[in-house]
Amino acid sequence: MPMSSRTISPEIQYADLSQQGDTAQLGMWVFITTETLFFGTLIFTYYIYRILYSHEFDVAARDAVLWCGSANIGILITSSLTMVLAINAAADGRRRAMIWWLIATAALGMCFLGIKGYEYNLDYNDKVVPVANFEMKPGEAPAGELFWVFYWVGTGLHAIHLTIGVGLVLYMLLWRIRRGEITPDYYAPLEVVGLYWSFVDTVWLFLFPSIYLVGRS
Amino acid sequence: MDQYHWVPFWPRTAALNAVVVNNLYIAELGLCGLIIAMVVGMMMTFCVRYRQGSTVSRADRVKKTWHWEITWTTATLVAFLVLFCWGASIYIWLFKTPPGDIEIYVVAKQWMWKFQHPGGQREIDTLHVPVDKTIRLVMASQDVIHSFFVPAFRVKRDVVSGTYETIWFKATKTGTYQIECSQFCGVQHATMKGYVVVMTPADYAAWLTSHGIRESLALQGEALFRQYGCSGCHGANSTVHAPTLVGLYGSIVHLQNGGAVRADERYIHDKILMPNEQIPAGYPSNVMPSFAGQISEDNILKLVAYIQSIGSQEFSR
Amino acid sequence: MTTIAIDLPRNYATEENTIVSWLFTKDHKRIALLFFASITFFFFIGGFAATMIRLHLATPGGLLQPSVYNRMFTVHGVMMVWFFLIPSIPNTFGNFFLPMMIGAHDLAFPRVNLLSWYVFNLSGLVLLYALVMGGIDTGWTFYPPYSTQYASGYVFAAALAVFINGFSSIMTSLNFVVTTHRLRAPGMTWLRLPLFVWAMYSVSIVMLTATPVLAMDMFLLCVERFIGVGMFDPSRGGDPILWQHMFWFYSHPAVYIMILPAMGVVSELISCYARRPIFGYLGMVMALMAIAIISFFVWAHHMFVAGISIYSAVVFSLLSFFVAVPSAIKVFNWTVSLHKGSIVFDAPMLYALGFVLLFTIGGLTGLIVATLAVDVHVHDTYFVIAHFHYIMVGGTVSAFFGGLHYWWPKMTGRFYPESWARFAATLTFVGFNLTFFPQFILGYLGMPRRYYTYVPAWESWNLLSSAGASILAVAYALPLFYLGWSLLYGRRAGPNPWGATGLEWTTPSPPPTHNWELTPTVKLGPYSYNPEDGSYITQDGVKHAYV
Ligand code: HEA
Ligand code: HEA
Ligand code: HEC
Ligand code: CUA
Ligand SMILES: [Cu+2]
Repeated sequence: MPMSSRTISPEIQYADLSQQGDTAQLGMWVFITTETLFFGTLIFTYYIYRILYSHEFDVAARDAVLWCGSANIGILITSSLTMVLAINAAADGRRRAMIWWLIATAALGMCFLGIKGYEYNLDYNDKVVPVANFEMKPGEAPAGELFWVFYWVGTGLHAIHLTIGVGLVLYMLLWRIRRGEITPDYYAPLEVVGLYWSFVDTVWLFLFPSIYLVGRS
Repeated sequence: MDQYHWVPFWPRTAALNAVVVNNLYIAELGLCGLIIAMVVGMMMTFCVRYRQGSTVSRADRVKKTWHWEITWTTATLVAFLVLFCWGASIYIWLFKTPPGDIEIYVVAKQWMWKFQHPGGQREIDTLHVPVDKTIRLVMASQDVIHSFFVPAFRVKRDVVSGTYETIWFKATKTGTYQIECSQFCGVQHATMKGYVVVMTPADYAAWLTSHGIRESLALQGEALFRQYGCSGCHGANSTVHAPTLVGLYGSIVHLQNGGAVRADERYIHDKILMPNEQIPAGYPSNVMPSFAGQISEDNILKLVAYIQSIGSQEFSR
Repeated sequence: MTTIAIDLPRNYATEENTIVSWLFTKDHKRIALLFFASITFFFFIGGFAATMIRLHLATPGGLLQPSVYNRMFTVHGVMMVWFFLIPSIPNTFGNFFLPMMIGAHDLAFPRVNLLSWYVFNLSGLVLLYALVMGGIDTGWTFYPPYSTQYASGYVFAAALAVFINGFSSIMTSLNFVVTTHRLRAPGMTWLRLPLFVWAMYSVSIVMLTATPVLAMDMFLLCVERFIGVGMFDPSRGGDPILWQHMFWFYSHPAVYIMILPAMGVVSELISCYARRPIFGYLGMVMALMAIAIISFFVWAHHMFVAGISIYSAVVFSLLSFFVAVPSAIKVFNWTVSLHKGSIVFDAPMLYALGFVLLFTIGGLTGLIVATLAVDVHVHDTYFVIAHFHYIMVGGTVSAFFGGLHYWWPKMTGRFYPESWARFAATLTFVGFNLTFFPQFILGYLGMPRRYYTYVPAWESWNLLSSAGASILAVAYALPLFYLGWSLLYGRRAGPNPWGATGLEWTTPSPPPTHNWELTPTVKLGPYSYNPEDGSYITQDGVKHAYV
């Protein structure tokens, strides 16, 4: 048994902690597979329509706020880095470093959401919210609105996932770490959150070019 | 009326296609029967012979080899693949629509079938056709997806909203046959029925004249062509850089994006509703407006008939 | 071997007796029973709808309003597929026996398992809400533009229910995959897994891969229905056929989600009651995995007349024939497993034999509908209805009942009354064929499905079918009574009443909360039966004489 601020014992169905940690990670990987298929379906249908209505989609995509998307991709990539640093710190038992890197991660995540919210506001003023106040711009008919449906569904679902991610990081900070349940011998929960975080990050790596870059030149 | 075959479990057979499908179906039933007999036979024999308490020796059980599985599976599979090829060839023959002797436009809507004959005759829920002629149906839906189904002909095709579907048949026996709608389309889906009346050519001709007082579809289409302003761009002395539609029908159109399509009903239909989807090479996009929501499917059919008619003029020249 | 039938005071069911202890349990066996209660409830709602359908169709005029009839078959389809058949075997027997069969103390994530049950019930509540508020009439396939623009009723709530339901599927199957990978007892190698575990594993893979696609599909449908964008609406640039592709990309694999577990159960039953090792274990395993994989490449066979291109139709038809190959291997191996066995015709075995026969008929008619030219005629007719009821009802539901009887002594510690059970099994078989065989004939005659009224010429076949359905209803209601009775008055069963080899039979019946004090060590593959004297060796290496 590891000697630490608190002795952690494995749950009944596991032989030892390392088996429990491995299993948790495998679980997250499997979950990520399903999430990939979930977003993959969306991106796939998006490209079907994009090819079918390449012209209308190109016109519509010009109204997407490029700088917001680009700033956000920078933020998310950085946040993945801080997440990895936090996990490294956990493995080495550098508790303070771990806490600070996690705070940085959560802050970057919130920063992303803030920018996204601002962008949604710009979009609203630009009258590109389907149904609510959509205005068909010249050259977009009839499929321009579809682009914006994909935009809202895609970025909206991503934002929900990121919010959950921030929540998980805060849960780690305010509950698991505070109670001393993350130790150099057993930090699998943190690794699992890290996996999820990188996944959400990766989704944006696909959404961003699809929405903001294709056909922009 | 005499709707059904004299055998209570066999539908009537009244078209070229129906005969072919029947043969295939009987072959399949035969093969399935054989396989089931084999499985049941083996099961029954084993169950009786090797029931608990029977004194038969259980020694020397078949050793696991792949031979059994492979032999049995390949044998049945090969038999089935023959049937697959048979089925696929009929399907290809059926869905590669040949040019019909008579082309009839069908508009499906909740819950009726509207038919328009080339001569302009219209009817609802009843379709008169001559026997032994290839009838080609060009079908559009005004609302949801329907499906045109004549059991006695063994033909069926979904009528999908927003596009054209075609199907053909060649009736071989005069009589009246039921049309069913086989795709769920709302409360009265079950009553969306009709009849195909197959007549001798003479009767058909008589029927046409007695109903043929209207002007032909193409003529009605020509009027609409002017009414909707198509002629302003596509007419002979228009100044807009728009392609002439004379001779368009049936030709191959080269597209701006490098592809090519045949200018069939579906192409023209889509052109009217979504002009920017496929742009012919050498023409500007975004000039032709979309008429989505402004022209009913009935009227689009008339326009198509008109464009088709000026296409054939070109051929005859 | 002497078994002393003592009612252990401490087993998973009696450990704690408060309602709270059940609602917050993390024990996989208790959660299995919770699921069992839920799906039984939904089965009776779906069965009630089926009863109404058959009552209505007994005469061409019928007794319901058309709009009510349309709601009935929609409720029937949605309930039976997502709320009964998909969770049936995995979430009950899978939950209960997968950990026990691999020698684990619980599933990998017990809390996720419990959450799965709550999410499942939540989705059921949303669906019930949709029903109570007025129902839906789109059919279980939700085809747009009807479902999005024209249908009245609570399509949004129903689609949402299916969407939420997907989370439950994903949680359970994730748990199964991870558990099978990580929690096998020492010595339990992959090729020593009972076929039921393999079936759970392959079905979980299919669920994990297919369900997210359906989730996105339903999500887009909800968005379209709720706020009115034109994702699948042709007048606004959408494509209704795209929905069909996405739907069947899920729903074709989903039909194998419904059959693979049944195949697993039947393999256990046949081997146990024929007292003989299953023929071709490896072939059976590979067939399961092959079905799971090929199932993803045949979806467009539901769309042969929907306007897909001729060439893709040909390819999809061909692939549909290939998916029959692994199924053929299974049917063959089950049959040969009877050869030189020592066959006992207890109720579970009767169900299993019925399964093999009805599955074969259903599967072969599946090939008939996969034949392009014939499908043009029988698509969306009662022929298709008969095809899938043969597999889903004749096949999977039979296997479910077979498994229920087989494992009943293990789950409750009591025997069910054997002669009643045999009677019910036989009645099921008779009633089933009477109900659905006439539908093949109706289908080829050309009676389309989802018809609330039909021409009088079809009346006699429909009447026959309705008569059969009432027999079937009795056959399905019977177990409710005698199994309930057996809970109180049934003879007590020892740990291994059937003389079966799986690890689950090495615990007392009912098993204690964490299954074993000590993790068992596995020495053997499954199915070490000897037909010559009925003796058997359980997987922990202990040899027993047959009693
Ligand atoms: C558990 C459910 C289940 C299962 C397992 C299957 C299995 C199969 N199904 Fe079925 N099917 C459904 C449930 C199921 N189906 C449902 C619900 C629908 C309708 C949905 C709707 O529209 O509402 C449907 C509809 C459906 C259609 C569309 C029909 C139409 O709408 O027009 C098709 C077409 O190809 C099809 C084919 C098949 C095939 C080829 C198999 C194969 O997997 C069968 C394989 C099995 C065998 C072949 C039998 C055993 C083999 C032998 C005895 C050996 C001999 C054979 C050979 C070697 C070739 N099914
Ligand atoms: C998945 C599983 C499943 C199961 C188990 C069943 C079970 C049954 N189904 Fe099912 N059926 C489907 C899945 C299933 N079905 C699907 C997916 C459709 C397509 C829907 C659509 O088109 O969208 C369909 C459609 C369908 C139709 C076609 C409707 C139409 O197209 O118009 C019919 C018609 O006969 C039918 C009949 C039956 C019958 C008689 C049973 C019987 O086996 C049911 C027997 C069970 C019971 C009867 C309950 C037993 C208990 C009692 C009887 C106790 C007393 C209860 C009361 C009556 C209060 N079903
Ligand atoms: C404002 C001008 C304008 C009007 C009005 C107009 N069109 Fe067009 N049409 C064009 C132009 C320009 C093109 C070529 C570029 C394109 O395909 O968009 C075209 C292309 C077409 C084509 C494809 C021709 C080919 O060679 O492939 C068809 C068919 C057609 N129009 C039919 C119609 C019909 C029917 C109407 C009336 C309901 C109509 N058009 C109204 C400008 C117009
Ligand atoms: Cu039209 Cu059903
Ligand atoms: Cu299928």
